[in-house]
Amino acid sequence: MTILDLDFMRYALVAAVMVGLTAPAVGTFIVQRRLALLGDGIGHVALTGVALGFLTGTAPVATAVVVAALGAVAIEMVRARGKTSGDVALALLFYGGLAGGVMIIYLTPGESTASLNSYLFGAITSVDSTDLWVIAGLAVTVLALLAVFGRELFVLCQDEEVARASGLPVRFLGLLIAVIASVTVVVAMRAVGLLLVSALMVVPVATSQQLTRSFRTTMALSMVFGVLATVGGLTSSFYLDVPSGATIVLLALAGFAVALGIGRFVRRSRTGESTA
Amino acid sequence: MSTAFDMTAGQVTIDGRKILRGVDLTVDDGEVVAVLGANGSGKSTLVRALLGVQPLSGGTTLLYGRPPARFREWWRIGYVPQRLSVGGGVPATVREVVASGRIARQRRGRFTSSADRQAVAAALNEVGLSDRAGDPVSSLSGGQQQRVLIARALAGEPDAFVLDEPTAGVDAGSQQMLAQTLSDLVGRGKTVVLVAHELGPLEPLVSRAVVLNQGCKVHDGAPPTAVGAHALPGHDHVHPHEPEPAESSLPSWVLAQEKA
Repeated sequence: MTILDLDFMRYALVAAVMVGLTAPAVGTFIVQRRLALLGDGIGHVALTGVALGFLTGTAPVATAVVVAALGAVAIEMVRARGKTSGDVALALLFYGGLAGGVMIIYLTPGESTASLNSYLFGAITSVDSTDLWVIAGLAVTVLALLAVFGRELFVLCQDEEVARASGLPVRFLGLLIAVIASVTVVVAMRAVGLLLVSALMVVPVATSQQLTRSFRTTMALSMVFGVLATVGGLTSSFYLDVPSGATIVLLALAGFAVALGIGRFVRRSRTGESTA
Repeated sequence: MSTAFDMTAGQVTIDGRKILRGVDLTVDDGEVVAVLGANGSGKSTLVRALLGVQPLSGGTTLLYGRPPARFREWWRIGYVPQRLSVGGGVPATVREVVASGRIARQRRGRFTSSADRQAVAAALNEVGLSDRAGDPVSSLSGGQQQRVLIARALAGEPDAFVLDEPTAGVDAGSQQMLAQTLSDLVGRGKTVVLVAHELGPLEPLVSRAVVLNQGCKVHDGAPPTAVGAHALPGHDHVHPHEPEPAESSLPSWVLAQEKA
């Protein structure tokens, strides 16, 4: 039996490709904006959204998108307002999101914290065809927004003051990138879980920047690494019978370690050439 | 002749500290104005407030007759910050950074035009970095990074340039190149506002000097003759690594002029 004989694995593979493409694409901007941990923050807040879905009997993905987006907007507003106590305010929001999720799920009849497990750690093999359409829709929206606003977001993430002096709508773009990140978190939630979601936004970017010289190639290569990690991780978890989310993240980290070595080697030989 | 920048009683307060205390500054089209002063005198804040990048806590500032919030012709302004921000460390090539200077002239969702490409190539050529276009900006020296920032502003083909300490920490070669670029711009009738600790090779280009001391304008008029000032006995040479200067660190030529 191969991996493609099973319906649920085919769905899972398609979802894996989409997550592998979107998370690092958004991640490139997030990392450049020095918000590498934004995904973690949004992930914690999204847990309250998931629990609200259980409580109200709505699809957890829908409520998670709404709550995560609201959380991301709150984070961005705290960040934009003042830089001094920003990280503490963010931390408060993270803990609130996590505690809120646990409390709400406890209050939901017939549910327990065990219901949250698949959202915390991912359950990509439970993706059905309806989920797939939702994930695909969100992923395409995220990539389209990045394509349209990419040039402006590049300037914003490079230097916010220059963006302002170029007449860019800085506040709007800041909120946009925060909301795009929150949608991405929810898309990736099914694959690797809310606790590991940020890894897919950050690790492929960190891997790729060991090897690249331009922003554009960093982004493209990080998307390649993202897909390699999600598809490779999913496939190996299937044959080895281990959890998929953790396998995907560990594979991504292994890729980073390899790239770090290669990058060091390449840079050393380059400087060797120039001094020779 | 129209007015590029017009600040009236500009005040800036950051974390309860008054950085600018009611500064009036008008820059007409085609003027080359140097903003001078000791470290911590509010020079950078003044030019950033002039552009609306730093919000005012009092007073007004106008860009070509409009307050920053209602200003729409941002392509007319090229801002050169003090240093290149590397952000979170994602690499970017020299060409990518310079090309981002076109942003105020580009329509959202449109592809890069041939006019964009030509302007970027011309800007790279002007600062002598055409051969480094594909290199990551992080691999460049401080002076070369400063040239990248200037090329980014040049690429936007603005009417007015605002440069925040373009000569700080820059090697002699880059300073000379900067002076050459500026004199080209002045020759083309561009407006230039530049912050400097010392004018050095830029001195002959400057048509007017504004001197700040502790957030107040203490001189507005003819630029100082730097050689004379440096030759004067008791000239207080302020270095960036020194603690915040006291009132006595006013350039000696200013004190001389005030006495006169």
